[in-house]
Amino acid sequence: MADLVTTPNIAGADDFYADLIAAHQGLTKAESDALNARLILILANHVGDRTALAQAIVAAKNAGRN
Amino acid sequence: MSRIFETPLYPYARSPDQDAKGPVRRPVAVVGAGPVGLAAAIDLVQHGVPVVVLDENDKVSWGSRAICFAKRPLEILDRLGCGDPMVDKGVVWNQGKVFFRDRQVYAFDLLPESGHKRPAFINLQQYHFEKFLVDRVRALQAEGRPIELRGGSKVVVIRRQDDGVQLTVDTPDGPYRLDCDWLIACDGAGSPIRTMLGLDFVGRIFEDNFLIADVVMEDSPDFPVERRFWFDPPFNPGQSALLHKQPDHVWRIDLQLGWDIDKREEAKPEKVIPRLKAFLGEDAKFEIEWISIYTFQCRRMPKFRHGRVIFAGDAAHQVSPFGARGANSGLQDTDNLAWKLALVLSGRAPDSLLDSYDAERIHGADENILNSTRSTDFITPKSEASRLFRDAVLDLSEHFPAFRPMVNSGRLSVPCTYDGSPLNGPDHPAMPARTRPGAPAVDAPIPGGWLIDRLGGGFQLLTVDADAPDRLDADGIPVTRLALSTAADDGLLAERWLGAARSAVYLIRPDQHVAARWERYDEGEVLAAVAKATGRA
Repeated sequence: MADLVTTPNIAGADDFYADLIAAHQGLTKAESDALNARLILILANHVGDRTALAQAIVAAKNAGRN
Repeated sequence: MSRIFETPLYPYARSPDQDAKGPVRRPVAVVGAGPVGLAAAIDLVQHGVPVVVLDENDKVSWGSRAICFAKRPLEILDRLGCGDPMVDKGVVWNQGKVFFRDRQVYAFDLLPESGHKRPAFINLQQYHFEKFLVDRVRALQAEGRPIELRGGSKVVVIRRQDDGVQLTVDTPDGPYRLDCDWLIACDGAGSPIRTMLGLDFVGRIFEDNFLIADVVMEDSPDFPVERRFWFDPPFNPGQSALLHKQPDHVWRIDLQLGWDIDKREEAKPEKVIPRLKAFLGEDAKFEIEWISIYTFQCRRMPKFRHGRVIFAGDAAHQVSPFGARGANSGLQDTDNLAWKLALVLSGRAPDSLLDSYDAERIHGADENILNSTRSTDFITPKSEASRLFRDAVLDLSEHFPAFRPMVNSGRLSVPCTYDGSPLNGPDHPAMPARTRPGAPAVDAPIPGGWLIDRLGGGFQLLTVDADAPDRLDADGIPVTRLALSTAADDGLLAERWLGAARSAVYLIRPDQHVAARWERYDEGEVLAAVAKATGRA
């Protein structure tokens, strides 16, 4: 039962971000959406912890509100 | 060929009740001679309660309908004295394959746990199932047990009273009055009893149609005994498909059709046969046994008990067919109800014991509705995002085992544990979770046979490496002991019933569920637990 990490946690954040955008290059909207869905599932499985996952869903929803 | 479901099995016969001067009163009437009604009647008469079953028809169900029966219901059927013919006739299966679009994404083996008398599932047509139950009714009648099966008998008027129910039963000879102390309504999802009483049946309707075709393929080497499920296959684009083996070379084919269809048109052979050929192959030789187009709902009654009228099976709750939770949960309903009603009728338990039927079986129904709703949402995604994730899970599951547990083509029926039931007594923290109070007894091999065959029917003390009296009178309710030892055990008994405890004393209910457990016998504790489990405390 670990809390969601919401402080900087990726060494080389710019490189990760560039990798993420590069993965979507040349894809149609539908292909990009499917890639994102697969990526979310792969990352969720890696995290595993249901508490952290539930907090992540809430955090993502809340951050989208103005 | 005359098929089993076309032959009258319990044709109408005039009952002496129809010629009686005044209305005859019976302790229990069961309405509906489907799997649930017949199981209820057999269970009650085995508990010594005379019972009359009324059904407007006189045959087993039309077509195969429910085909998958799980381990727990098979154990219940053993207790009812008709498990063997079901399992002997049924097809045992463990393997399955999942397909997505044009390819197989993975195969699975359910690898059943060893040390159980009964398999995880059998496939058996509902008409065979009902026929074996009717055979059991006939055998009980031959022993002189008071169980009656009245075909061609339709309940047309029902009047509830404080101490019973008045019925008017219509027959080919005209109507007659029949009164009963208790009525069990097992008259299916469209329950006329529920409608006549104006009771609610609320839930979620799924806007979809499914075509069920049962086909006979005498020679079918390409289709082994396994469950096959397709998401979005080329032969049924955007929809799902299921193939499953039944006895007698019968195969169940289930094709999702979508919502905007003309049902009557789609059920015509000229529409069905090309669909089946696209699925089975142009050269496949098959004969259609039964076709049905169905839609489904996930819903339940807010309460199953309404005074002296008690609802069970589809009449009380309805789920999608994915997961085989319909008939399987109905059998768990009657398993739960029969012993309670028998105790109440004999004056050894208060009427309020029946409220625990509501508590325990509503818990079961909600579990089934939750599981079956989730399966349905995976099989037929209701939004673009839902479909996106569904497809992502399927794509990933082809490459990584991590995602296979998320593939949901039906979570197959598992026994319900009555956690939090008002009937549950003390627990012991060192003992295994799977045999906690509320759980159904977990089978294990014991000297000379199976544990499950030695349990049920009355209250029992199951002792493992512990002392206790062989017999106990709990204020009129007999409790008998089943003494087991781990000395001659291969480890399964200890693993399933002792855990980290040195010894164990379990109080087992007549339906084989655990009521309470302790490390050692204490008369006061046991008597208090029996009182609690029978609604007397």
